[in-house]
Amino acid sequence: MGIIKTKDLVFEYIRRDEEGNVEGITKAVDEVSLDIKQGDFVAILGHNGSGKSTLAKHINAILYPTEGTVWVDGMDTADDDKLWDIRQKAGMVFQNPDNQIIGQIVEEDVGFGPENLGVPTKEIWERVEESLRAVGMYEFRKHSPNKLSGGQKQRVSIAGVIAMHPKCIVLDEPTAMLDPNGRKEVIRAVRALNDVENITIVLITHYMEEIIYADKVFVMDEGKVAMEGTPRDIFSQVEKLKSLRLDVPQVTLLAHELRKSGLEIVDGILTKEELAQALGL
Amino acid sequence: MLRDITLGQYYQTDSVIHRLDPRVKLVGTLLFIVSLFVVDNFIGYAIAAAFLLVVIKLSKVPFKFMVRGMKAIVFLLIIAVIFNLFLTPGEVVFSVWKIQITKEGIYLASFMAIRLIFLIMGSSVMTLTTTPNQLTDGLEKLLNPLKIFKVPVHEIAMMMSIALRFIPILLEETDKIMKAQIARGADFESGNLIKKAKSLVPLLVPLFISAFRRANDLATAMEARCYRGGDFRTKMKPLIYQKRDRWAYVVCWFYLSLCIIIGRVLL
Amino acid sequence: MSIILNHVNHIYEEDTAMAFPALTDINLEIPDGQFIGLIGHTGSGKSTLVQHLNGLLKPTSGEIYYNGADINEEGFNKKELRSKVGLVFQYPEHQLFEIDVFSDVCFGPKNLGLEKKEVELRAYTALKQVGIADEYFYQSPFDLSGGQKRRVAIAGVLAMKPEVLILDEPTAGLDPKGRDEILDQIAKLREETGMTVILVSHSMEDVAKYVDRIIVMNKSRVLFDDVPKEVFRHYKELEKVGLAAPQITYIMQELKAKGLNVDTDITTLEEAKEAILKALGKK
Repeated sequence: MGIIKTKDLVFEYIRRDEEGNVEGITKAVDEVSLDIKQGDFVAILGHNGSGKSTLAKHINAILYPTEGTVWVDGMDTADDDKLWDIRQKAGMVFQNPDNQIIGQIVEEDVGFGPENLGVPTKEIWERVEESLRAVGMYEFRKHSPNKLSGGQKQRVSIAGVIAMHPKCIVLDEPTAMLDPNGRKEVIRAVRALNDVENITIVLITHYMEEIIYADKVFVMDEGKVAMEGTPRDIFSQVEKLKSLRLDVPQVTLLAHELRKSGLEIVDGILTKEELAQALGL
Repeated sequence: MLRDITLGQYYQTDSVIHRLDPRVKLVGTLLFIVSLFVVDNFIGYAIAAAFLLVVIKLSKVPFKFMVRGMKAIVFLLIIAVIFNLFLTPGEVVFSVWKIQITKEGIYLASFMAIRLIFLIMGSSVMTLTTTPNQLTDGLEKLLNPLKIFKVPVHEIAMMMSIALRFIPILLEETDKIMKAQIARGADFESGNLIKKAKSLVPLLVPLFISAFRRANDLATAMEARCYRGGDFRTKMKPLIYQKRDRWAYVVCWFYLSLCIIIGRVLL
Repeated sequence: MSIILNHVNHIYEEDTAMAFPALTDINLEIPDGQFIGLIGHTGSGKSTLVQHLNGLLKPTSGEIYYNGADINEEGFNKKELRSKVGLVFQYPEHQLFEIDVFSDVCFGPKNLGLEKKEVELRAYTALKQVGIADEYFYQSPFDLSGGQKRRVAIAGVLAMKPEVLILDEPTAGLDPKGRDEILDQIAKLREETGMTVILVSHSMEDVAKYVDRIIVMNKSRVLFDDVPKEVFRHYKELEKVGLAAPQITYIMQELKAKGLNVDTDITTLEEAKEAILKALGKK
């Protein structure tokens, strides 16, 4: 069994009208079964409202399954006794950088997680330093988070999670509110954690360029896994992605258009070099 | 810009006073305030002034920052002085028409003025040399004994520090929503009181919604980072008394005793 | 009929130690009916600039003319200006406040003091322009999806019938389809009404696809102001200030370097496709 495993996961919530009467039941996650290996970089794609964030919140035991089971590092998330172990093993980074930083100074925010875990003071300082270095924010340790850029704030949030020594980090659209440079900073930091520290990454996004480096991609639609495979497998199906309100990188799209115009090019081109090669250059 | 407003007006520098444990500064300020109400003669106030001046000097905070806090109370100060000056009965020194100024009135008015000025300056020294964070930490530690009476000391301190972090963010947000509504023709300035109050709805509704959303997000983020109240927590920056803190306590208590002796016993 | 900026400067916190210039010597002319892209990294002064155009911010020095009148002159009707120069802020859905969608869109025209009938007509037209179906009109705006909320918020500005529409990153946070839908709608709207549109964006692809003039801001100054092809020809300078050319341009450069005879200043996918097919002799 991998670090994260879900079996027939269903999450329903009840919609109520203003008087509190039940209007209906929405299945936000519908029969999802996945198995993610330790050290993998996994991307979850999906349009707004596809159920990807709801799925992510199950990995950190913020939400519990209506039906089915979620295991994190072998622990069932429905098991109350394991709650804090699960949250320590699977850290989570959220979308809005302002709404997840608790400390008024960068280093104090990074120390927040270890403090909650009851880590001794001396070790907290070591963890804070090593985490801030891992995301390249050590020189900002004494700054107020309010004066940092969006990308820097998200890196601080990531450091705050690393300081808890997790095996896996779930990032729920960490780049949605950032500018292109901020997005690059964050993705670079995440990839480094995956490569160097072998931390399992689950990246939820709707920016296509960010998933090119993933080992595996899941595409969600209406609570179900609609597609799964390597980035190349996924991006080979341009029309299907478009029907799921998604997109492909520009170079993939160009190759696809050329193919439609009669050129013999394989589908699933991911880089400009590959395109040049496919054109016989 | 709004984000740059620092609450509690902390003045960044390195001094003995800055390095003191926040608990010492909180207790010290309290003792100083007590001393102001214990003494009631000019010798006592001279001692208080000397004590205050030494502390200000040690704090390396420019004197004008101390005076800045005074602006807020000028009005209060004038009222207090006028009331005491004109309404205290006693030996008449000076009188015009129906207004009489008495010797006791002069005494009381000047004492009141000195007390208020010293009080503001004394607390300014504390807020100027202590970060809001240290203050909440210090308060939490000092109030810890109240836990016996089921006072949620840790939670109160946590709430204070979260409020301090989010005030600048919400101020900026207010500014943004206000501008956005002005761009849609909203008018927050003209009209009578009722019209003005009504015009705030387009500002307050989005602001509250945003504040609730942020609170909800933050609570989720804190839980995701294993926050479960104060019981299991360790501290990254625990408050530990150093030698200088013990000495500072001694100095403060010595100062208060001196004030009591001079103010009450000798005279 | 146009907006003219003449030596506009804006300094935040002037006369304090924290003073810093947000706009330095901005000279621009924005004629009627243009589709303009305003790009620049965060903190380059874009947001400050657009807030000057409808009088939300006052320049520290310099003048701004709207149709020949100085907007910061005593007695200039700012309220009317704000109806003529509509500004849609980032994440505009955060300003929704009314109990239903229709009333929220009515807020702008109502503030202009129009008659009830005219207000409702404008709100109806604006909601149709952004593609909100009738069935949503009497729902709470907070029950809509993210993309729908954003459209309603844009409609709230459109209902004031602006001659100039400024949108600050209207696609932020939306999924790819949502982004395309909003931008297509804006392009269509502009074609139908002929209004001036200023699009503040971080996406070079979007800018290349839609606009006919790009203004690049950097460190409070205008760095480039030209048609997209000319601006993106300076891709090296753009990279230096944290921007870039559209990805397609880089692809064409790669192909050219490997020996394919194509133009390297191509910025859109359509053009790229045609150029490659032509170079390979397929057309």
